[in-house]
Amino acid sequence: MPRSLRPPRADDLGLRRALSDRLLPLVVASMTFLAALALAGAGAASGLAGRWRGGAAALLTVQVPNPTAPAADGASRAFAVSQALAASPAVASARALTAGDISTLLKPWLGTDAVALSVTLPAVFDVRLKDAAADANALDTALSRAAPGTLVERNGPWLERLTVLAASLKACAALAVAVVALVATAVVSVATRAGLAGRRDAIEIVHGLGATDRLIAGKFAGRITILALAGSLIGLAVAIPVVLGLAQLSAPFQTMSAAPRTPASLLSTLPTPLWAALAALPVAASFIGWGTAQATVRLWLARLP
Amino acid sequence: MVRLDGVGLRYGRADAPAVLRDLNFAIPAGGFRWLLGPSGAGKTSLLRLLTLAVRPTAGRLELLGAAIETAGRRDLPPLRRRIGMIFQDFRLLPHLSAFDNVALPLRLAGRPEGQVRADVEEMLRFVSLTRRGDARPAELSGGEQQRVAIARAVIGRPQLLLADEPTGNLDDTQAERLMQLLMELNRIGTTVMVATHSTGLVARYPGRELVLEEGRLVCDGAAPEAS
Repeated sequence: MPRSLRPPRADDLGLRRALSDRLLPLVVASMTFLAALALAGAGAASGLAGRWRGGAAALLTVQVPNPTAPAADGASRAFAVSQALAASPAVASARALTAGDISTLLKPWLGTDAVALSVTLPAVFDVRLKDAAADANALDTALSRAAPGTLVERNGPWLERLTVLAASLKACAALAVAVVALVATAVVSVATRAGLAGRRDAIEIVHGLGATDRLIAGKFAGRITILALAGSLIGLAVAIPVVLGLAQLSAPFQTMSAAPRTPASLLSTLPTPLWAALAALPVAASFIGWGTAQATVRLWLARLP
Repeated sequence: MVRLDGVGLRYGRADAPAVLRDLNFAIPAGGFRWLLGPSGAGKTSLLRLLTLAVRPTAGRLELLGAAIETAGRRDLPPLRRRIGMIFQDFRLLPHLSAFDNVALPLRLAGRPEGQVRADVEEMLRFVSLTRRGDARPAELSGGEQQRVAIARAVIGRPQLLLADEPTGNLDDTQAERLMQLLMELNRIGTTVMVATHSTGLVARYPGRELVLEEGRLVCDGAAPEAS
């Protein structure tokens, strides 16, 4: 290359040899791969828990004791409750369990002849609310007015456990990403120190010629950033097919459909926030590389006058 | 320009032996000094002090108008760019060509690349290395490396030029040219200090002498008459 065309990022310190383009990108690629899996796992668990939580929160079980007894309007109590459920704006659907359904439910406790017992069994309704956050108290009041003594069972304890489970999974994923970031920081720091040791003489020479800490640290940080970015892009390229494969495996749990998906539909399976988080990984890796290299070199240079 | 007032220097711990003790002398702007003394007398340590490679551990050092013992780290790089140093062991960057080694001080000072190229080519021509500009130090002889080091030290027109045995690897002709260059730079206002063991060189270019022995200044003046 003619001397007049000297590149602006000329390698005055010989960092291309001191900071190898093999080991550091490989380690960063591995870290990125692990971080991508952690993020995908957290996203999937959170989505799954959200679906379960949403479904359970919207489900109610309504029991009407003495269902055949007359209600205030003269009709049976069960009929009065079914009318009240149909009239409620909060209810999406309500299904009365048949005698066969109730017999199946009670079979583990009462055997096959439950319906033949002299005890009057309550009428049972499976109710799905339009919105999990619907005003269930208003429904309680309406049902009690229709048939006093009607019981409404919610899934509160289950919801609480699912919420805790989702939060725990997210916390574990965040911890995994934090550990990966810490390990990446340590690896970059060690690589930078190795580069400093390998170029000690060159650094002392340019320092003696008037190079500032900013210039020397900038040279190291620039090289490390390029290597970290390259490594993270490689790691991401490897991680995305794996994440899509896991999405294919978990599809039946997510959509209750086991039908095989096309690659194009798999891409849309991953939620937008997860795509955004995956896209941020190379940016984060570059930032970790740049910041760690800057700090390590400046700390090292502080020993020089 | 250069003023030392009770300057001392130790390497490492506070109880380590002093390599320089109670130095007191001054060199005005445009002055010339020979730095003489036996091996181990402290000449190289004094040059390291004056190139700001170390700071004094005692006394006051004033350099190019700045009090070094109190100056912040950020104040030193601009001062270093005003100081040229010719090292005994050349201290060239092995992965850079001769051209890029010579260009380094100008690039660190942020000079435009076009000006860098013109100045470096002129300097390489002066030290007779025009055709060796693309060679790396390992491909150059000891004398050629010395000339690259000289070119790098003077290309930035430093206000203070220090040299440690600068003619040690040069033939008589090149040594003569170097001394004439140093004298010319001194004549136009550069302060020059040259450390040497060569009595012949000192005899050919008489000048004021600083003589060190065991880290102490034992003479600041003309060479003592031989008895």
